Parts: sequence; C-alpha cells; structure tokens
Amino acid sequence: MSLATPTPPIATERLNVALIGNPNTGKSTLFNALAGMQARVGNYPGVTVEKKLGHFRHGKQSVTLIDLPGTYSLSPRTPDEMVSVDVLLGRQSDVPRLDAVVCIIDASNLERNLYLFGQVRELGLPTVLVLNMTDVAAARGVSIDVPKLSERLGVPVVAMQAHRRKGLAELKEAIRDVAKSKAAPAVRVLPEVFYLEADALGKWLAGRLGESPPPYLRERLLLDVGGQTEQVFLKKVGPELASQLSEARRRLAEAGCRLPSAEPIARYRWAKERLDGVLTRSSTESATASDRIDRIVTNRAFGPVIFAAVMALIFISVYSLAAPLMDFVESGQEAVAGFVSGSLQPGPLRSLLVDGVIAGVGGVLIFLPQIAMLFLFIAILEDCGYMARAAFVMDKLMTRLGLSGKSFVPLMSSFACAIPGVMATRVIENTRDRMVTILIAPLMSCSARLPVYTLLIALFIPASQPVKQGLVLFAMYSLGVLVAIPIAWILKRTWFKGEPPPFVMELPGYKIPGLRNVAFRVYDRSKAFVTRAGTLIFATSVLVWAAGYFPGDRAKLHAVEAEIESLEGQANPSKERLEELSEQQNLLAGSLIEQSFLGRAGHAIEPVVKPLGWDWRIGIGALASFPAREVIVATLGTIYSLGGDVNEESDTLKDALRDARWPDGRRIYTVPVALSVMVFFALCAQCAATLMVIRRETNSWFWPAFTFTYMTVLAYVGAFATYQIGTLIVRNM
Amino acid sequence: MARTLTGLSRGETATIASVSGDDAIALRILEMGLTDGEEVTFLGSAPLGDPLEFSVRGYRISLRAAEAERVRLTTEEVRSENGSSEKWE
Repeated sequence: MSLATPTPPIATERLNVALIGNPNTGKSTLFNALAGMQARVGNYPGVTVEKKLGHFRHGKQSVTLIDLPGTYSLSPRTPDEMVSVDVLLGRQSDVPRLDAVVCIIDASNLERNLYLFGQVRELGLPTVLVLNMTDVAAARGVSIDVPKLSERLGVPVVAMQAHRRKGLAELKEAIRDVAKSKAAPAVRVLPEVFYLEADALGKWLAGRLGESPPPYLRERLLLDVGGQTEQVFLKKVGPELASQLSEARRRLAEAGCRLPSAEPIARYRWAKERLDGVLTRSSTESATASDRIDRIVTNRAFGPVIFAAVMALIFISVYSLAAPLMDFVESGQEAVAGFVSGSLQPGPLRSLLVDGVIAGVGGVLIFLPQIAMLFLFIAILEDCGYMARAAFVMDKLMTRLGLSGKSFVPLMSSFACAIPGVMATRVIENTRDRMVTILIAPLMSCSARLPVYTLLIALFIPASQPVKQGLVLFAMYSLGVLVAIPIAWILKRTWFKGEPPPFVMELPGYKIPGLRNVAFRVYDRSKAFVTRAGTLIFATSVLVWAAGYFPGDRAKLHAVEAEIESLEGQANPSKERLEELSEQQNLLAGSLIEQSFLGRAGHAIEPVVKPLGWDWRIGIGALASFPAREVIVATLGTIYSLGGDVNEESDTLKDALRDARWPDGRRIYTVPVALSVMVFFALCAQCAATLMVIRRETNSWFWPAFTFTYMTVLAYVGAFATYQIGTLIVRNM
Repeated sequence: MARTLTGLSRGETATIASVSGDDAIALRILEMGLTDGEEVTFLGSAPLGDPLEFSVRGYRISLRAAEAERVRLTTEEVRSENGSSEKWE
C-alpha cells in the first residue's frame, strides 16, 4: 500500500504516534511487536489509566509509540476515557503532540470496528489503518479488497497478522510516510445541520473562553448527553452552557437529527457504504464453529461444569506446578544466604544481608512462580476467548454483589495471590467496578496465608484428623469471601455509587492462543511485580530487620555463633556441645529481640492485643509481618528462641508454641487464640507488595491506605470476636 | 407492547426498530451496532438465564436482559432459522 519514498528523509526528528483500537483486536500484541521490551509504564495524573510508551526505529527514523486503552468508541463518559481524547487532540500536557495515529481493527469484524475508526478520522490527524487478524477473517470466509478499502477510506491500510509479526515492516513504513504527509480531510458523517450547530456552539464558547475548543470536542459536547466533555466544559464555562446545549439539541431534534441515536446511525451507514463491494463473504459455514463451542460452554448444564473444571484446573496447576519452582527459589535463597554466612563474620553486616536483604527479597521472589503461572493461565484464557465467556457465565451471580461478571476472574486469581488479581482488574472498564474489585481482592485468602493457617491448625488439630484440618482450612478460605460480600455491597452503595455498568460487550470468536503473545504478557507482568513491589518490600524488610536488631549487645551471641560454626567445620563435632550451644544461641536471640525496638514495641502494644488473647510475642509477630504475612512464622520462630530459621513444618516451633505460657502458667495457644490469630491473618492487609500494586493501579496513595485501614480494623474486630466468643464456648463446654 | 430482543426464541432473527432511552447505556448499545433496521439473531443465554448472546453485524454480543429489553423490534414477520445465521448485506 505504501508509496515508495525514494530517499529516506535525513531529518530524524522523533515522531510521536498513538495506537488505538477496539478490545480484542490484538492491539497489545501489535504494541509489543513494534516496541518490544522497551515499554515504559506509568499513570496519567489523576486517573487510573495506564500510560504506556514504547520506542522503535525504522531506518533512521525513531518513533515514540503511545498505547491508548482499548475502547469501542471515542465518546468519553468518564475522566479515564477523556484521557484518550486529550492525548489524540494534543491536550494532555504530559504527552507530546501526535504526528500520526494508528488505528488497529479486527478484519473479521470490520463493520463494527470502523465505528471507532470513523471517530478517529474526525480528529484531523494523519492516520494509518491496520487491518489485523486477516488470517482469522480469511478462515471465516471474509475477503477484503485492501487497495480499494484504502482508497475508500482515504488513508493507508496495512493488512497484518500481528501475532505472527506479518506486515510489521510495511506498517513502520506507512507510519513514517503518513506522519510526514498532511492529514486527509476529516470525515464528516453527520447531517450538515449538525456541523452548523457545532460551529455556532464553538463561536459561543470562543466568546466565553477566548478560544474555541477543537472541532472534535465541540461535536462531542453536542453528541454526548451528560458525557465527560459536557462535565469538563460546564466547569469551565458555567451553567449557561447547559441551556445552550439543550436548546441546540432541541433544534437538532426538530431538524430530524435526534441525539444520541443520530451519530451511531450515521456512522454505521458510512461504514456500510465504505464496505460495499470491498468486503465479500464466501461462506458463513466456518463462522459457526465458534457458535457451536459457545452453545456448549454456555449450556445450562455443561456451562457451569466446564467453568468449574477450568477454574479447578488453574488452581491445581498454580499450586502443583509452581511448587517445585518455589522450592527452587527457596533453595537458591538458602544457598545465597549460606554463601554470605560462610564468607562473613557474624555481625551487623551479615545479619543485614542474610536476615534483612536475602530473606526480604526471597520472601518476594518465592511468589514469582505462582504469579507467573497465574498470568500464564489468564493470558491463555484471554487470548483464546474464554475469558469473555467466564464473565458471561458468572455475570448474574456477580450482579447480586453490585459487580459484573468481569470482576470474577480477578477475584478468583486473588486466591492464589492478590497481586495478579489486582492487575487483572484492568479488563474492567467501569472505574467504580474496578475500584471495588481492587479493594476486596486482598480479602481472598492468598497462598501466603497458607503457612500461617497450616502452622496454627496443626497446633490444635492433630495430623491424624486430616478431614477436621481440611474443614478448618476451608472455613478460613470461606471467611474472606463471606466478608468481601458485605464490603463490596457497602462500597457500591457509598463511595462507588452509580448506575450498574452495562454488560454490553463483544464475545470474541475462539482462537488458538498466540505463544509469543502469552509469553510476553507473562514476562511483562512478572517483571512489573518484581521491580515495583520488590523495591518496597525490600525496603520494608530492611526496616523491620533494623527494628528487630537494634539496640542490643550481640557480642555474646556472635561468640556463640562463631563457636557453632567452627564446631560444624570440624570432622567430628561433639553433638552435646553443639546442642548446648544452639540452645544458648536461641536463648540469646530471644532475649535480644525482646530488648530490641521491635520487642519494646511489642510490650507497648500488649494491652491492645490482649483482648484478642495474644501475648506480646504474637503482637510483634503481627507488627513485623507488615511486609508479608508469612513472615509471622519466621518471627514467631525467632521470638520463641528458635532463631530465625523455621518454617511451618518444623515440629520444634509447633512444640514451642504448644508449650508457650503466660507468666501465670496458663497456655497461650488455646483453640480460641489459634483461631483468633488465623482470623486476623485471614482478614488483615499485611502484604506490602499488594498495597504497592493497589497504589500503582489506582494511581493514588489513598486507596492502599484505605485498604490497609479497613482490613486491619476488620481483622482486629474479627480476631476479637473470635477470641471472646471462642472463650465463652470453651468455658461453657 | 412492542416486541423487544428479550422476546426472541433461540435462533430467531428480527429487525431492530429503535433503542429506547438517551442515557449512556442506550448510547453504548447503539455504538455496538444495534441501530435501526439492523438484523439481530438470538443465540442463547448464560446458564443462569442472563446475560443473553446475540449475533449482529457479523459478530457476537452479550447483553443483559435489562439491556436487551431496551431494543425494540419491528412488528414485521420474522424468519426463524435453526442454529445461527449471520447476515451480511
């Protein structure tokens, strides 16, 4: 399609190009194919829209690619949707003015996709149309006359298969050429009377504001009744605008141009005219394969069974396939810690590296296999088209909570880990629904709670009763869901009050997932997790380490540790001496932590945690496990004079907890106390990584703070009620 | 009462007369291509009876019953076909 440029221009100014398209058109695949691994991700100020910039070079030309969120139309209804319009019009201050826009459309769904393209063509920007998934279209018997389409639309059209990287070179060429040319005149599909009204409105606004807004915004002001453009300008101009608008709309209706239906009718008529003679269908036969799958997948009987089976498969895989990888991370962590311990003398530096840095970073990395695995499944489900059906199948149930089916998969993922769950909420385009889903996602019992549950359950139910253990575990998992229901209900009726969002969405055709695409998404999300969450959890771990380390005279402890190490280095160490030394080491470590800032804080908060049935040790365990809940296991180990190296399976910790007593000789870990600790950890937000991801996804510090506060309050109240009621029951038994 | 999309039986095709309302939901329904004169086929519903799946303009769309209720149909006799059919004109 491209016009050959005989000599590439020598001027190599950077071009700024935006990428826009409907959902399910392969837009992110195209972005990744063009910009590869070099994307920079951030947020636009004040909104939750992800700002994604990438770069690529074509010959000497370097290009900045700005990814805009997938959308069916450019009629902004929310501040989030306004961002795309502002970027396209060069009104977004943190994004450079655009030289061109690339609109990607699904070749097998041309007519509806041309709706957005028609709006893009009103912006007056040089435009390239990417006709993606031409293979899918061909398989469905759709053939498109590309040169003719290009001629009809007045823009270069590039036929592509982005997942196979077919057509990339042509696209780059077309982008460069079109950016250096003048934009084709804007497409005007509405009746002339409409444009006259829009111009009159522009003049009126110019009188008020000193300048007229760009033509596209004038049109949106008239077209989108109560839309975001109207909100923005009402604030700027004042209430007189409302009467101007309603009068203009009334005049238009009288002239036969009824809003809002006039625009869709005109645009679809335009699209149909463009496609007449350009698009031909040879048969409709192959298209029904998707329909047949759909009838089974959404069948009254099979649908839920298939759905449950898919979800179960994901969870079993996440737990079983990730387990060996997690062991691998853990042994790697131990090896590094062992190496550092071996090469450094006992002292603050070694402790900082081993107990602070390595333990902290390892604590994050240990979840990477699960997160990557979950993203793998989410990416496959999204790519093959089942994700939309999962939302379809679950929608009715989720509407009872005031949410939609789109919230289901993010919440389900949160049972493995809230981090991918929160990130997966990006598929929910309604901001209110997305926020509520993000805020309740951390209530789902994630895998990091499992070590806490298993340790405490083993305390009061012997391993010989696995069914009883399983039931308590199930109760803990259910607790999060049961609490999330009223929380979602309240949030939807207070903060995020509003009309339920429509469930008007495309159910894309089924297709085989693209390997490259899936792999890239897993890599991308995993990287985001490690870099962003990892840095903060790292810092917090070091802080908690410092609070547990200082102040205190460690000379004795170090002497004991040095002796143990030299004994262990001997060919035939005395077992008795070793045991004696390690007991000394544990005692010293225990008393040191009691003297530390953390220990003092523990004593200071004992009155607060006593109503929960906890002693100061559990209190500081909870405090120290702020970066990650499972830290409580290691912290309890340290405090109960065992040294830091324990896990939930270690019988000695279990024994130590069973034997732990109050000063008056009563046991600390009674059934109500164990339950109270479990309920606390089921409901609390002790996970710095999740809070960081919430900050990133909501683009505000308020929401992570809110999540932390509400969950901590819930956890405290829940633990309090559990202990008090439990004690009453035990007493009366 | 005018017929709406919820009144179709599975596999039935009908022609859209209009979409009622002028709010964001009506606009979204229109933007997705459910405009006057367009043919729609009802394909089936989710296991719990809602939402519903339709075929329009050569693609599949889901609408909740409450949303489908807004799409009025013409009174002309509709053709009933087995399975799915896609209309291109």
